[in-house]
Amino acid sequence: MLGACRIVDASGRLGWLAGRLLADLGARVVKIEAPGADISSPQWRALNINKRLVRLELDARKLEELACECDILIATPEPGTSEIALFDYARLRAKNPALVLTVITPFGLTGPKAGWRATDLEIMAAGGAMSLAGEPGGTPLRVSAPQAYAWAGAQAAVGALIALHHRRNTGRGQRVDVSAQAAVITSLAHAPPFVEIAGITPTRAGAFMTGRSVAGARFRVFWPCRDGYLNFILYGGVAGRRTNEQLVAWMRSRGVALGPLATQDWTKWDPTVATQGEVDALEAPIARFFSKVSKAEFLEGAHRREMLGYPVATVADIAADPQLAARGFWQDLGSERHCGVFAVIDGKRPPLVPAG
Amino acid sequence: MTRALQGIRILEFGGYAAGPHIGKMLANFGATVVHVESRARPDGFRLQYPPYKDGKPGLERSGCFAFFNDSKLGVTLDVKNPRGLELARRLVARCDVLVENMRPGVIARMGLGYESLKKDNPRLVMLSTCNMGQTGPRADTPGFGSQLTALAGMCHLTGEPGGPPMLLYGPYIDFIASTLGAAAVLAALERRHASGEGAYIDISQYESGLMFLAGELLEYHTAGKIAERAGNRDPEAVLHGVYRCAGGTWIALSCWSEDECRRLEALVQPKSVDDWLAERSAEAAAQMLQAAGVHAHPVESVADLFGDPQLAARAQWQGKVHPVIGAHSYCGPPFILSETPGEVTKAAPMLGADNEAVFRGLLGLSAEEYAAYDAAGAFA
Repeated sequence: MLGACRIVDASGRLGWLAGRLLADLGARVVKIEAPGADISSPQWRALNINKRLVRLELDARKLEELACECDILIATPEPGTSEIALFDYARLRAKNPALVLTVITPFGLTGPKAGWRATDLEIMAAGGAMSLAGEPGGTPLRVSAPQAYAWAGAQAAVGALIALHHRRNTGRGQRVDVSAQAAVITSLAHAPPFVEIAGITPTRAGAFMTGRSVAGARFRVFWPCRDGYLNFILYGGVAGRRTNEQLVAWMRSRGVALGPLATQDWTKWDPTVATQGEVDALEAPIARFFSKVSKAEFLEGAHRREMLGYPVATVADIAADPQLAARGFWQDLGSERHCGVFAVIDGKRPPLVPAG
Repeated sequence: MTRALQGIRILEFGGYAAGPHIGKMLANFGATVVHVESRARPDGFRLQYPPYKDGKPGLERSGCFAFFNDSKLGVTLDVKNPRGLELARRLVARCDVLVENMRPGVIARMGLGYESLKKDNPRLVMLSTCNMGQTGPRADTPGFGSQLTALAGMCHLTGEPGGPPMLLYGPYIDFIASTLGAAAVLAALERRHASGEGAYIDISQYESGLMFLAGELLEYHTAGKIAERAGNRDPEAVLHGVYRCAGGTWIALSCWSEDECRRLEALVQPKSVDDWLAERSAEAAAQMLQAAGVHAHPVESVADLFGDPQLAARAQWQGKVHPVIGAHSYCGPPFILSETPGEVTKAAPMLGADNEAVFRGLLGLSAEEYAAYDAAGAFA
């Protein structure tokens, strides 16, 4: 869809996904790497597929030449270094007034922390995400696979395309100044409005869900199963009722001892007033049942019964998921199997092209 | 001032986060976004999730709904009513983009499928977003984003080795899909400008989420390595973790070279890193560590974000007055465009608040036509 768009991607890891997403949408992306730069990591290979590789030591003159030959330039200069001046927008705009310069930094180019250093860990901390992951009162956690770079890159792709749209109408380029810290705020879902509207600061809840019952009950979210964990929650409402009824029917068909589940009327069950004792009594037989079920069995069985809940998948589980295979999500290039283009457009998933 | 997306009209059918967040992002840059609900089925975020003004649930009291629907117009249409459906189709014919996030097939059964709509508006860009995508053996799976995040690998990768997986807050993965969806809509508008063709975009929230684990998935496919949760450790860093500071605060701290470690040791000596950090607040420690050239930042709580001077300097939180909720903050875009910066232009709409503005103003109904549709129950 972006076949007319030429992009020079001079980014480091903070920006790789931006160029990948734009390439997936059809843009012609040239990835610049210094001669000798290591491009062997799985991260580099996964996020720079669909781009053409050019080895080049960037200096001001070469950058100005490149800026004249592209529509979007993506850069991730290191704060507090001369790289910031290298990607100075006023100088590059003088060479190409239509240039969309997309600059991604941990905190943005302006503000008191513009010069601060940060990697995934500090950005996830600065964006509030770590305060929401981990055991209650325990050490805040990040996701072990870096997420902040991806949030920044994805938002940068949106920003670059908004600027491109404006350029089409006016002929003028502009600078897109992306803050990775602010991009991570997107991941907090509906946590921020609790602060002002309810006077509550949402915090981490570990492997349980809290805050649903006025009696203070906590509900299990992650359940050990035969080969890992399942994500299942005793919900209320229409969807919860169906799920709970179907689960009990499934357990009954297996001859599992139901305990209090045998007589539970889900049409009358309200998790918002449930006590911990009631929840524990209901969850105990479910835990025994799940401990004997495999992740694949749960995924198939829950789908067939239209139940809410999923296995806690590993990358191996994901790689074997028939849903992804049926939709042609994976794409083989040489000996490598990649995540394909993220969108299906007009009924087709556009193909990836190998990094040249 | 010209807005970047001025003149683009977007209609939203659906609710919760995955669809409406796309419209919110684009509304902040000047697109006219119309959020369609009905009185029988208002957006689920209005009544099903806290926070509520004064803790009392109510259609116009939901902070959750407000947060993803600022800068939009709100209308009600009963598309099960033939006159309501007729108006919906007339509105689509005047719009550039339609976003929906219902289960696959539902919108077509309502009479608003892409194949049917494009006959009236061949330039239409339509985006459908759902858990699994529109096709495949599990396309019809109902699901919440909070649980889909587990299927997409993120929960397995959060927590301590040997311990259980951990939750990420809310429907984490929905926002990956909405961000990628917004990019896809903008790309489709570029193609439409060049060719005149519309587009139908099928977004699977599951697949979108996997783009955030693309490297880990490639490593499994090529080397058979299964990525595991590792607490806060990082295999490439010399030092990488979260530490307790004074006053119950926490700091994230990392060193990526022996030189950086030496700068850290020079700063804290003769104390240990733990003891030095325990004597000061995370904010004070981070200021000193950054000045010494060490990666560090306080672990901000969600409340801390509202007082963060960096976010304030970039107008991240923009206050608006909602007729019922009162003055409260909305989140601005995470990027600043130098010529056409984004902006939260108004509080989220009350249910059906803009019916007249949209159907009379945008669609051009006369007063008599509007009254006739109203009498027929089209706006219920």
